[in-house]
Amino acid sequence: MNALKTSFRKILYYPSAIVGLLVVFLLVATAVYAMVSIPYDEAIRLWRGGEEVWYQNPKFAPPSWINFFSSKKYAESFSVRTTDGSLVKEVTPGAEGTATLSASYAFNFTYDYYPQDLILYFTSNFVEKQPFVSVEWLTPDGRKIRLTNLALTQKQAYRFSQDDKLKNRLRTEDIIPFLFSDPETGAPVKGQYQLLITGATFEPDSNVDIEFVFHGQVYGLAGTDQSRRDLVIPLLWGAPVALAFGLIASLGTSVLTMIIAALGTWYGGWIDELIQRITEINLVLPFLSILIMIGTFYSRSIWVILGATILLSIFTGAIKSYRSIFIQVKESMYIEAARAYGASSPRIIFLYLIPRMIPLLIPGLVSAVPAFVFLEASLAVLGLGDPVLPTWGKIIQDANSNGALYRGYYYWILEPATLLMITGLGFAMLGFALDRIFNPKLRDI
Amino acid sequence: MAVVTRTPSEGVVLKKSTSSSTFTRVSRYVVVRLLTLFATVVIGVYLTIMIANMGGYVDQIMRNEVADRITQSIAANPAMQQLDPNARKKLIQDRIAAEEQRLGLDVPIAIRNFRYLSNALTLRLGRAINMTSDSGSKQVRLIILERLPATLLLMGISQLFLFFSSVFLALNLSRRYGNFWDKLVVALSPTSAVPAWFYGIFLILIFAAVLKVLPFGGMVDSPPPSNSFDYALNLLKHLTLPALSLVLSSFFLSIYNYRTFFLIYSSEDYVEMAKAKGLASRDVERRYILRPTLPNIITNFAFLIITLWTGATITETVFLWPGLGRTLYHAIGLYDIPIIVGSTIIYAYLLAITVFMLDFVYALVDPRVKVGGR
Repeated sequence: MNALKTSFRKILYYPSAIVGLLVVFLLVATAVYAMVSIPYDEAIRLWRGGEEVWYQNPKFAPPSWINFFSSKKYAESFSVRTTDGSLVKEVTPGAEGTATLSASYAFNFTYDYYPQDLILYFTSNFVEKQPFVSVEWLTPDGRKIRLTNLALTQKQAYRFSQDDKLKNRLRTEDIIPFLFSDPETGAPVKGQYQLLITGATFEPDSNVDIEFVFHGQVYGLAGTDQSRRDLVIPLLWGAPVALAFGLIASLGTSVLTMIIAALGTWYGGWIDELIQRITEINLVLPFLSILIMIGTFYSRSIWVILGATILLSIFTGAIKSYRSIFIQVKESMYIEAARAYGASSPRIIFLYLIPRMIPLLIPGLVSAVPAFVFLEASLAVLGLGDPVLPTWGKIIQDANSNGALYRGYYYWILEPATLLMITGLGFAMLGFALDRIFNPKLRDI
Repeated sequence: MAVVTRTPSEGVVLKKSTSSSTFTRVSRYVVVRLLTLFATVVIGVYLTIMIANMGGYVDQIMRNEVADRITQSIAANPAMQQLDPNARKKLIQDRIAAEEQRLGLDVPIAIRNFRYLSNALTLRLGRAINMTSDSGSKQVRLIILERLPATLLLMGISQLFLFFSSVFLALNLSRRYGNFWDKLVVALSPTSAVPAWFYGIFLILIFAAVLKVLPFGGMVDSPPPSNSFDYALNLLKHLTLPALSLVLSSFFLSIYNYRTFFLIYSSEDYVEMAKAKGLASRDVERRYILRPTLPNIITNFAFLIITLWTGATITETVFLWPGLGRTLYHAIGLYDIPIIVGSTIIYAYLLAITVFMLDFVYALVDPRVKVGGR
């Protein structure tokens, strides 16, 4: 054990190992942060949520920070509502239970690209007489455009870009650019815009709540996908999923392989023979095809795939190399001594044989993690990702199937791909260094 | 010690037995080896067949699909709507029975598994259930043959380049290890933890999406160029990115492995001895380093040749390359068991033959190895 400790201390002499350790540490920290800040159920609800959860976000929006790198600025998204006071509504009671209401929202528009859309959501309650609102638009250069007059139903959405009457009245095909640009030059006008909503209710308890949603061209830290979902959630939650899959598969595979190799060499005879035959049969089985078949026919759950992966990865070439080393160790003096004083077979296998192999096990285990992390991503890219869990591979698959590369949504692929790459390289670098530390034969080379 | 203490008579007997029975030893070994390999193939393929229909679970899916499809098509056919309900029900049932017979669903799963197995072992690949080749044939053999050239082209070029370049570069690096290039290769070898399709996505992004110099995927433009020189040029253009991503994903690790391997062998005493004798470094390399590593290099090469067959499913999918790997993936999606089994059995046979041949190759290149010897 002391030798193991000094071996680990040697890690500090390898810069690549330090980088690798740092990456692994950061990943674990991210995973813990993800699980604490967004509990599992909440993450699933958000990831599986549709329009009703994500209506405030634009579609296919790159992250906001791309504005730092671009001389032309993209409009950022925001939303305000009367229910939490971010949009102020004034109600003045009138005669016979009627009331007039007015709300206005001023915001600065300093961007070079128009937003995707502007939407007003009205939630109102009334018994018979519908509330009435009219919406107006004030531009920085002093124009005042009447947008619409609405008799409200219980829930009503008004999408600026879809208003055909307004298109006719303004004689334009695209309302949003029209609202934000100079009518002469057609260039975007920067400055303070104002949205004015005035209306009236006609019953004593009638009430109107308003939400104003501004779908910009960019959103948040990570951008959004085809169903307006904030990519921060799958990016964060991808970390614990990838770590769990990679580590469990790698640990399960290498520990089980070692135990089976130890049992085979210790008992010899037909057990050893059987293990060797199974290894040869496993060589014939098409690994990826079987995983694809399980994913297509049976279950896409990540845990089923994980189990199948471990089962198929136990009986591989690794079992042969462990076996050849166990055969040497089996003949060594201390094993003979243990036998002489009557140690039982399980005791010898689990307390004397297997611990000798830990220096070999650790580098192999760490180096195998990236393969499994990428296996999960590969299956996801083939459309066989877990249907419930958000993973990095699933983001890539969503992006790929929505033609992200063709349509120029590079952020969508680059974000998960970078995270996968960092994870893979981190573990690989650590595993490489550990291999050199624990295998003296390689140390000088 | 054993040699010294052995009595002369024992030695004579031993020598006699080895010289007289080389033939029996080899032939016994060949028979036993062939039988075990065949048993391995049989069990491996049978397991694949079992998995390909999930112990009958896939049958249920296919039955439901057939019933659904036929009921729908008859309900949608206006000519059938005049029929009275009983006649229509009978018609539906007849059609379903006929379709199930066509798909072989009327035979119990256990029998069908053995039928698949025996057909596969005798290489009667049969007809696909749902897939057709581009020329319209349902023969599994034709479907596979049609896709084989694409896979062989992509995998052949990338894997052969990878193999020869990494052996060559590794030999060079091992000669002057510790220099800048050597350190670079060691430092870059963890990049091989990333699979080929992943590099593919980055390459597509850079060369197809941003620079717009190479195509996103596919094998030739549509419509393909008519003259054969342009066709070859066009093919090369489409081949570049997938082949590059396959090479890139294992390049540095492959060099690193061979280099380490050569280094371990070049620190042997007999190499030092040869150097001390003043042999030219080329001769030292060829006779004392390459020769003992030859069995391993040959093994690697042999397995490389087999992997050409399997194709690279995900890389082919990402690049829309019409190869065997992608066909297999499609076949799984369409529950097309004959194609899955056909592809598996050919791989299994190739593997078994290679493993069998390698034993003899070892004996040829390494005089210390005897076929069937202990």
